[in-house]
Amino acid sequence: MRALTDGAATGLAVLATVLVVAPLVAVFVYLVYRGASSLSLDFFTQAPKPVGESGGGMANAIVGSGILLGVGSLIGIPVGIAGGIFLAEFGRGTKLANAVRFTADVLNGVPSIVMGIAIYSLIVVPQGHFSAFSGGVALGIMMIPTVCRTTEEMLLMVPNAVREAALALGVPNWRSVLSITVKTASPGIITGCMLAFARVAGETAPLIFTAFGNAFWSENLNEPIAALPLQIYVYAISPYDEWHRLAWAGALVLIILIVLAVSLVRYVTSRGVMKGAS
Amino acid sequence: MLFQLYATDFAFVVTFYSSGPVSLEEVIAQVPEIRISQVQLPPEAGSEDGRPRADAAPKENSAIRSFLLARGNSAVADRGFQWLMVLCALTIFGIVVLIAAELVVRSKLAWGQFGLDFFYKAFIDTYTNKPMYWDPVNGHFSALPFLYGTLVSSFLALLMAVPLAIGVAVFLTEMCPRWLRAPLAFVTELLAAIPSVIYGLWAVFVLVPLMREYVNPYLIKMLGWTGFFSDDNPTGLGFLTAGVILAIMILPIVSSLTREVMTAVPHSQREAVLALGATRWEMIRMGVLRNARIGIVGAVILGLGRALGETMAVTMVIGNSLDIDRSLLSNGNTMASAIANQFAEAASDLHLSALMELGLALFIVTIIVNALAQLLVWAVTRGVPSSAH
Repeated sequence: MRALTDGAATGLAVLATVLVVAPLVAVFVYLVYRGASSLSLDFFTQAPKPVGESGGGMANAIVGSGILLGVGSLIGIPVGIAGGIFLAEFGRGTKLANAVRFTADVLNGVPSIVMGIAIYSLIVVPQGHFSAFSGGVALGIMMIPTVCRTTEEMLLMVPNAVREAALALGVPNWRSVLSITVKTASPGIITGCMLAFARVAGETAPLIFTAFGNAFWSENLNEPIAALPLQIYVYAISPYDEWHRLAWAGALVLIILIVLAVSLVRYVTSRGVMKGAS
Repeated sequence: MLFQLYATDFAFVVTFYSSGPVSLEEVIAQVPEIRISQVQLPPEAGSEDGRPRADAAPKENSAIRSFLLARGNSAVADRGFQWLMVLCALTIFGIVVLIAAELVVRSKLAWGQFGLDFFYKAFIDTYTNKPMYWDPVNGHFSALPFLYGTLVSSFLALLMAVPLAIGVAVFLTEMCPRWLRAPLAFVTELLAAIPSVIYGLWAVFVLVPLMREYVNPYLIKMLGWTGFFSDDNPTGLGFLTAGVILAIMILPIVSSLTREVMTAVPHSQREAVLALGATRWEMIRMGVLRNARIGIVGAVILGLGRALGETMAVTMVIGNSLDIDRSLLSNGNTMASAIANQFAEAASDLHLSALMELGLALFIVTIIVNALAQLLVWAVTRGVPSSAH
């Protein structure tokens, strides 16, 4: 009887694993099947055509996503890394550091749609129009907590002897932090940045009311701009087959970018780059 | 009880043999639950998160270091650098406060108009005598259907995701052959990296037809009598579909956290139970799950936090109705999907303000849920270096 229960439990665990892996395989296979058949050179070089005409691509959305992510990284990565440096180097054990750590976790948990409406009322309303800039800010803020916490963890792994050796050579503290501690931990910090980047690249909800989307070519930070996830959303809920086709192609491109980023991160961390530092 | 032994663990074994045959479970029930934190080495000075670290920095700078820091030639630059870092850290603090303040200010109008009624009261339509919840035309707003929808879809998601997640975690930590472990962990990690909108896209074109053609008719036939599965919605959208896609989306986070908590259970626990003659499943149940349960609850709550705030995929499949319907197959709406759908077309200030209040409520709820979850996970894994990543 006990052996039977044991066997049943093992079977159930295997079944659960299969059930979890199945949707992933289903999503992937279907995505590749639908996406690959609609990918073409036009997809990367042309802006969308009006409804009814076939062809067209998502070049504007790809560029738009790039611009939004660029603005987001410019905001999120420096603030996140600096916050991490503060937590690991200056604020160890202080009340302020604990408060900052807690708020970073809170920020991590804020639903993306709430972030969207908050940025809408903070930037879009005073400005009076939707803009690429506001979308970038929303993405940047969402990057901060991930970057900050990984930076902190990586810096904590750097042995104290390294810091003291630098100081003993007469290096000023700020130089020692930037060129010794941060540099030692840099593979880990870059990993954190890429993870944050991959997470934010697929975000749609914070962009609906900030970047808003744009059917035409735009590189202006002060105008509404198209973004890949946003375009996928708009096309997916539209009734046109041609747009569905483009949505699948866009989803395939987006997922390939994200999988590349995640695999790269995993490859770097699995090689144990940080082991040399700890 | 006749023997006095020093090690408590042995005492139980002795009791076991001295009092005749008893079942394994009774013996295990007598073993005091070993808090994982107790068997860890005490955290060393300087590692404030409790991680044992051989050469962690002491809290106070050493005399030599203080001397070096105080030597004048770089004091100004150092001070400046430190303040810059503090400023950036405070920015994080400021952003959260700013978001909260903005939501509060913008939702004031709706709060002043409806007060607490916003969250539980329906308005009676004078013409049809039916309850109306969300009526932008006449300026009546009540969040009730959205609260209901959020709760129902999240609960359905947890119902489906939690057993599966625990199953996966058990398989990965206790049963899986070594060569399969890394690829499977990678796959669950990938599942977490797929953006919400792609899940939504997949759900619209694959899951919804599947539910419409096969699952829903079956449920109506088998369980229609309960009243939870009525057949008045032929679209395939609805709470159940949203619940399924949410379950797929929160599975990775719940299972990876459960895995982390389970790997934190010390090996001596497993070996002790196995030594008493337990089968593998009994070892998992009594040795691992029993010790990790607080952390597992934390993981589940964190999954709940994700499910509550999830927007895009849910918006695409839940059907967006403004009424409350008992049937799980009917269209609904969650707080997040209501904001996503209506925010752009909100005409009146009151409507906009009501949506902001929804956002504020969502903000507060997710903060509470996340804080609770982190507290629970931390209670189990503290003192253990996180090795499950």
